[in-house]
Amino acid sequence: MSEIEVLADQSDIGQKGTVVRSHVIKKILRNPMGFIAVVVLVFMVLLAIFANLLAPFDANFANIGKTLASPDATNILGTDSVGRDVWSRLVFGARTTLLSALLCAAVAVGIGLPAGLIAGYYAGKFDGVAAWVVNILMALPGIIVLLTVRAAFGPSVWISMIAFGVLLSPGYFRLTRTAVQSVRNELYVDAARVAGLSDWAIISRHIFSVVRAPIIIQTAIVCGVAISIQSGLEFLGLGDPSVATWGVMLSEGFKNVYLNPSLLLWPALAIGATIGALVLLGNAVRDALEDAEKIKPAKRGSVQASNGRTAPGRAQTTAVEAGTEHHLVKVSNLGVGYPQADGSIKKVVDNVSFHVDRGEVLGIVGESGSGKSQTAFSILGLLPENARIVAGSIQFDGNYTVAPTDDRVSQSRLSAFRGKRISYIPQEPMSNLDPAFTIGYQLVTPMMRVLKISKSEATERALALLDDVGIRFPEKTFDAYPHEVSGGMAQRVLIAGAISCEPDLIIADEPTTALDVTVQADVLDLIRDLQKRLNVGVILVTHNFGVVADLCDRVAVMQDGRMVEEGNVRDILRNPKDPYTQKLLGSMLEGKEPMTMLVSAGVTAAEAAARDDESDEKETLQ
Amino acid sequence: MVTFILRKVASGIVVLAAISFLTYFLLYYSSANIARSILGEFATPEQVAAKEIELGLDQPLLPRFFGWAGNALSGDLGTSWFNSEPVARALMTRLPITLTVVVVSIIFIAIIATALGMAAAVKRGWIDRVVQGAAVVGDAIPSFVMAIILVTLLAIQWQLFPATSSIAPDSGSAAWVASLTLPVLAIVINGVTSAAQQIRSAVIKQLEKDYVRTLRSRGISEREILFKHVLRSAAPAGLTVLSLQFIGMLGGVVIIEQIFALPGMGALAVTSTTMGDIPLVMGVVIYTVIIVIIVNLLVDLINGWLNPKVRVS
Amino acid sequence: MSALNEKVSASSADLLTVSGLDVEYPMKGFRRKPFRALTDINIHIKPGETLGLVGESGSGKTTLGRAILGLAPISKGTVVFEGNDITSADRKQRRSLGRDLQVVFQDPYTSLNPSLEIGDILSEPLTVQGQSPAAARKRVKELLDQVGLPSDAVSRLPREFSGGQRQRVAIARALALSPKLIVCDEPVSALDLSTQAVVLDLFLQIQRDTGVSYLFVSHDLDVVRHISHRVAVMYNGEIVEQGTSHQITRDPQHPYTQRLLLASPVPDPDRQAKRRNDRHELLAAQQLEAASGIPA
Repeated sequence: MSEIEVLADQSDIGQKGTVVRSHVIKKILRNPMGFIAVVVLVFMVLLAIFANLLAPFDANFANIGKTLASPDATNILGTDSVGRDVWSRLVFGARTTLLSALLCAAVAVGIGLPAGLIAGYYAGKFDGVAAWVVNILMALPGIIVLLTVRAAFGPSVWISMIAFGVLLSPGYFRLTRTAVQSVRNELYVDAARVAGLSDWAIISRHIFSVVRAPIIIQTAIVCGVAISIQSGLEFLGLGDPSVATWGVMLSEGFKNVYLNPSLLLWPALAIGATIGALVLLGNAVRDALEDAEKIKPAKRGSVQASNGRTAPGRAQTTAVEAGTEHHLVKVSNLGVGYPQADGSIKKVVDNVSFHVDRGEVLGIVGESGSGKSQTAFSILGLLPENARIVAGSIQFDGNYTVAPTDDRVSQSRLSAFRGKRISYIPQEPMSNLDPAFTIGYQLVTPMMRVLKISKSEATERALALLDDVGIRFPEKTFDAYPHEVSGGMAQRVLIAGAISCEPDLIIADEPTTALDVTVQADVLDLIRDLQKRLNVGVILVTHNFGVVADLCDRVAVMQDGRMVEEGNVRDILRNPKDPYTQKLLGSMLEGKEPMTMLVSAGVTAAEAAARDDESDEKETLQ
Repeated sequence: MVTFILRKVASGIVVLAAISFLTYFLLYYSSANIARSILGEFATPEQVAAKEIELGLDQPLLPRFFGWAGNALSGDLGTSWFNSEPVARALMTRLPITLTVVVVSIIFIAIIATALGMAAAVKRGWIDRVVQGAAVVGDAIPSFVMAIILVTLLAIQWQLFPATSSIAPDSGSAAWVASLTLPVLAIVINGVTSAAQQIRSAVIKQLEKDYVRTLRSRGISEREILFKHVLRSAAPAGLTVLSLQFIGMLGGVVIIEQIFALPGMGALAVTSTTMGDIPLVMGVVIYTVIIVIIVNLLVDLINGWLNPKVRVS
Repeated sequence: MSALNEKVSASSADLLTVSGLDVEYPMKGFRRKPFRALTDINIHIKPGETLGLVGESGSGKTTLGRAILGLAPISKGTVVFEGNDITSADRKQRRSLGRDLQVVFQDPYTSLNPSLEIGDILSEPLTVQGQSPAAARKRVKELLDQVGLPSDAVSRLPREFSGGQRQRVAIARALALSPKLIVCDEPVSALDLSTQAVVLDLFLQIQRDTGVSYLFVSHDLDVVRHISHRVAVMYNGEIVEQGTSHQITRDPQHPYTQRLLLASPVPDPDRQAKRRNDRHELLAAQQLEAASGIPA
């Protein structure tokens, strides 16, 4: 994509760009590492298959008259200490080594996969017994076991690889079991059960497809480990001396390391290249499946320079526009975007402007993907690492936090405000507390850091805060870990944290969405009381017009990254001007006659649904 | 917490018993010609028969196993069939060398891998690419091949280190350091990259958690978030990797010891298994499994201490 | 199959009758008391009727739906469907039940297998019942049409669709065998407001067209009120109140229902201020009542 196109892309209004996807195998081959891995492995496999044709000598044919020879026309890689051809042994070695690795992996899969499927799907007694066996197998140091097996069964490559396969089977078992357990309770498996599918049909159709990919990755790794262990055993001289393997060649080379170190080179190279290729292949499969398109490092020259935005620096302390200093926070023409694989930028916030004054509550309303949370996080400076400010500015209390030329939020500028003057109430109460620390610790530490007060003073304040947010036994909650309190309680704790350092602005991102309706009402009461008492400015991000009506003075409506309407809460809720706001309010159920159609007047619901899809698509295409 | 420990110890004992029996069972079938190989090919059939009775080889599996287990429980692991050295003493002279190599290696791996993994996770960019690339190289070259490369280059070509060690258990510390540098280096190079890779992804996973964003919003410094919160939550994943590496090393060190001619457990394991010296093999297996069980117990305890949810339940 | 043919005489006018139902989950650990998720549940649904089930998280409303579908362990009581006792139907019986009893789950992202094409997802229930591939293909086309999706959706993967579209795919899957009852477990909770309206319309339209019954589970009283003929309110694993939609929303008897009704905020500042006041007064009154020991 040329620069002009990128520019044109950005000048459009609304969210742009789609995520680029492609097929898995193609992706593996397009990945340079994956391609190299496939080439090396194919080469090794060809060597192994056509060993008889490629090797001029038998692996054990010894020309006593020509030992430790340098490479020549007959022996292209030279000969070893008893005059055997190095190239021939390398080629036959490939056959033994690859076959033994496959055998090992096959045994491991053959035991681990079915056992994992059964244990994961049916759980119960089998699972318990299997877990024990796995614990035992995992506690065994591989080589010690293989030495014992050799003592019992003699020096056979195949038997030791079967034994090693058994030792490695827990890897597959655990992998399969975890995957199956995570899928077993998926709703689509429930749906299949309701449809009456047999267990076998469910496993083969819905569950096997989930473990397939991890099994392939694991197999690549296991083959590598098998080659390494097998060569190690051969190196120790514990293998079958009549079979040419890379390990035996290494051992032979090591004995003659003072005479001809190059004898070490070829087997070491073969082992390293093969295992390396297997590891790379595993990585490539994983990358391809994770669907995480590697985002090319943003071409700073083209994208950023083209719109005149640069990384924020301390030097840029441009004064804000005169007459706007009194706003607590002012967002002007803000644009936020993410660099895409093809070098373009996908805009998620576009040309958004609003302001909030002290003691005022602004609601930002919109549906998922409207960019409302991204807007809020820009003010907090908590956008993901790869996000870029592509347009506009943000000022807080008369200073720029994002100057008109910045391409990112300056962390050094914001860290002076964050926690102290701007604070945050998140959506999901449980995941926003660190499970490893007590609630008290998580309240006290920010106060000690931000307000520079002593631990005892902070503790006293924390207890008072917990009481303030309506928690009945502050001491008990103070000492509790997050998993010991309810969701509603955790949200009160987070609100206590947000007001602990007496901020001027609170940004609340869907603060009641994860709560039950009755708890939501209590938390809304709490936020309203605190807001009035502390006279803070609040930006409330929500999808719920009821919550807006309950708390907000003004409201901004967002759709697809744009702000479609902004104004006094009564004006917007009673007389919406924008068709999108009208549509949203029209979708509210409150006050509607039960059992009547909401959006499909005059047409069938299916037609209305199809029409809704079309209008969505048009919006995205525009 | 006490019941948690007791449960883990109990399960460890059961694992130990199961492995002992399994090993004994395997070795039972390999002991057919032991008496002859001990006495040499010129011994008379009568001498061989007498030796078999002396070693208890004429008895069936179960009485033999329980006889051995009874002695083992009272601390007597028997004597080597071939050189009559008490098994416990043979192991105690060699164990310190093996354990030194493994423990020193794991400490280096833990420190370097944590530093690299965290740097890669936090800074991304070039250091991340280096760690990821190095992980492939580290995985691709088995530790014993790495050892061979190091010996060939550093000891034989450039003669910076002794190619073979000359230490005995009572050697001075200078000899230990000189002799152990290359073996430890080989193990560390092989293990550190994949450990760093795992720690990297564990740290990245934690950095993406919601609570990290909330901590940032509270004005907690990036440094404190990283070292106090993220590292703590990522530690269990790192510990699991390290404990698995430790178990792997107990086996892998056998080959390393052969390469550097270190008089550790490795040589003992190889000779005893090739000759079929059952008391000695059993001793090696029992000692390694006990070490593994202790390490796993420690990891469980540390994880319990790090994670309050485990502690409570 | 004998259990299926065993007619239960009582309440034969009802499509589904659940009586005295308890659900208990065994707890891990030796001799731990099982967790009681549902206690003494009694509900019934007539043909063409929607019973709304409302309650907070953990109240057991989802479990009740799952128990009827055979996905939760029933420890007491009976589930009777079309006169047949299906309390402990096995997989084979479930297969024939699958024709008449279907489900739409909450999360449109995990209720469709991400690696199967829409066509395969929709034909799964059809082929299980022994329909030929050609007949199944024809039916899948009809179904897509019925939920307003283009026919080229057949060869696309779930991830290519929005949440609302996926939920319509899930509805189409439930409709595939023209069932008599669909258990809808929070089917609109994960959807945006405007999408929710589209999907609710679809549910109503399908009921008008096919006469299907719904057990409609939701935490949102507004949604339940909108779509249900009758409403049951659940609290702590029990049904605390049951009645027509009108009764429950105009004149709630149980204190929890009263609280629930006033908790959900309305989209107008002044009316919401009033509702807030009403709620505070109710809470004060209920607290007073509780303090004076009068049973609520």
